[in-house]
Amino acid sequence: MRKKKTGYVTGTFKALYIVNMKTIEAPAAGALNFEIQHRFGTINSGSYNLWGLDFATFRLSLDYGISDRVSIGIGRSTTQKTFDGYVKYKLLRQTDNSSMPVSVSLLGTSTYFTEHYSDSIEQALITGKYRFDYTAQVLIARKFNEKLSLQLVPTFIHYNLVDSSADHNNVFALCLGGRMKISKRMAITAEYNYLFPNQLLTYPAGPNQPPRANSLSFGWDIETGGHVFQLVFTNSQSMVEPQYIGQTQGTWGKGYIYFGFNISRNFNLKPHK
Amino acid sequence: MRAKFYCVVFFLFCFFIKSNAQGLITKTGFIGFYSKTPLEDIKAENDQAYAVLDPDSHHIAFAVLMKGFIFPKELMQEHFNENYVESDKYPKATFSGTCSGDMDLSKEGIYQVVIKGDLSLHGVTKSIETTAQIEVKKDKILATSVFKLKPEDFQISIPSLVRDKIASQISVKVQADWTRTK
Repeated sequence: MRKKKTGYVTGTFKALYIVNMKTIEAPAAGALNFEIQHRFGTINSGSYNLWGLDFATFRLSLDYGISDRVSIGIGRSTTQKTFDGYVKYKLLRQTDNSSMPVSVSLLGTSTYFTEHYSDSIEQALITGKYRFDYTAQVLIARKFNEKLSLQLVPTFIHYNLVDSSADHNNVFALCLGGRMKISKRMAITAEYNYLFPNQLLTYPAGPNQPPRANSLSFGWDIETGGHVFQLVFTNSQSMVEPQYIGQTQGTWGKGYIYFGFNISRNFNLKPHK
Repeated sequence: MRAKFYCVVFFLFCFFIKSNAQGLITKTGFIGFYSKTPLEDIKAENDQAYAVLDPDSHHIAFAVLMKGFIFPKELMQEHFNENYVESDKYPKATFSGTCSGDMDLSKEGIYQVVIKGDLSLHGVTKSIETTAQIEVKKDKILATSVFKLKPEDFQISIPSLVRDKIASQISVKVQADWTRTK
């Protein structure tokens, strides 16, 4: 008898992002992933704004696999003119024979917003060091069968700047994401980012704005060769962790729903041996 | 006592090897497939195929793990396993058949033979026929064959969007290299 080699489970998720949440997946060593994440305005902004289609925000990012386990990424978002960078490390990989039941990746993200304040005094006071936020996440995922994969993400965020002294600088959240394949090349995805209560109390941008809400998103993934298209509905406008987990405003129930899409394209810079 | 035990194990082991020696076995057979279109060249290779040749009956058999095919693009490899051949459902491809034609494995030389048999892939079994070259050397037998397969024959569906990137006939190259133990 030949010895049976244990293999790693592949394709837990199709893309690097469920909607906004990063997945345990990473580009292969030497592969570069270019991602365009685009969100229109809220559906409740009315017919005058063509239900949000008149507005556009996006995040462009590049993700690169340094080795089979380590990948890095950089991005730039419209919202708050934010730059972000991350390092992801594949710590554990789920195996075929369930000797390792889950895949675990560690993710560290740093974001830096550059948007100017309209008030010149505020602009002068909010220097570079206040503009960084840091996120540490443990991505725990399991591919239950060829159709269903779920991911649980305990999250820690440190804000260098919060809206008032009532808000905590260190906040905790628990995020859950999943995908269900509906055909070989299509899947329905969902994610929910639960911010534990009583950590961020101040409205993010004044009393006339909708209140802070937890981020809930749904997506429809369509995969074709080196591309993945994701059509998404979410109540978060931003696509970086400190902002969509901690600064989402307006709930689905009130119609604060952004329609959008993610498109990814994979480039092979080095052949895989 | 212990030494005696090892002796017995050793003899059993020799016997086991001997009993196998009538069928030539290799675990490092090579199977590669190649698809050439103006849009994309695809290749995948696997050098861990299990191949058996019976020198008396000229029966020949191959087995290969689908997940062992290595593509230069890892994403392509993932799609191959996930979407095309469904390796979790159908982990192996096998072939079992016989060589016919003028071939004498006890004499050195190069023989052109016809191999006929059943190929099972993606849960579908189809009989195929191909020519092969068998080279008999003093202590080695080398077999090489190239043939073409249609993915549709094995119920491997290809979406219309990528249809132009995958050749309608995929050429398959098989090589096995048996060492004779005498």
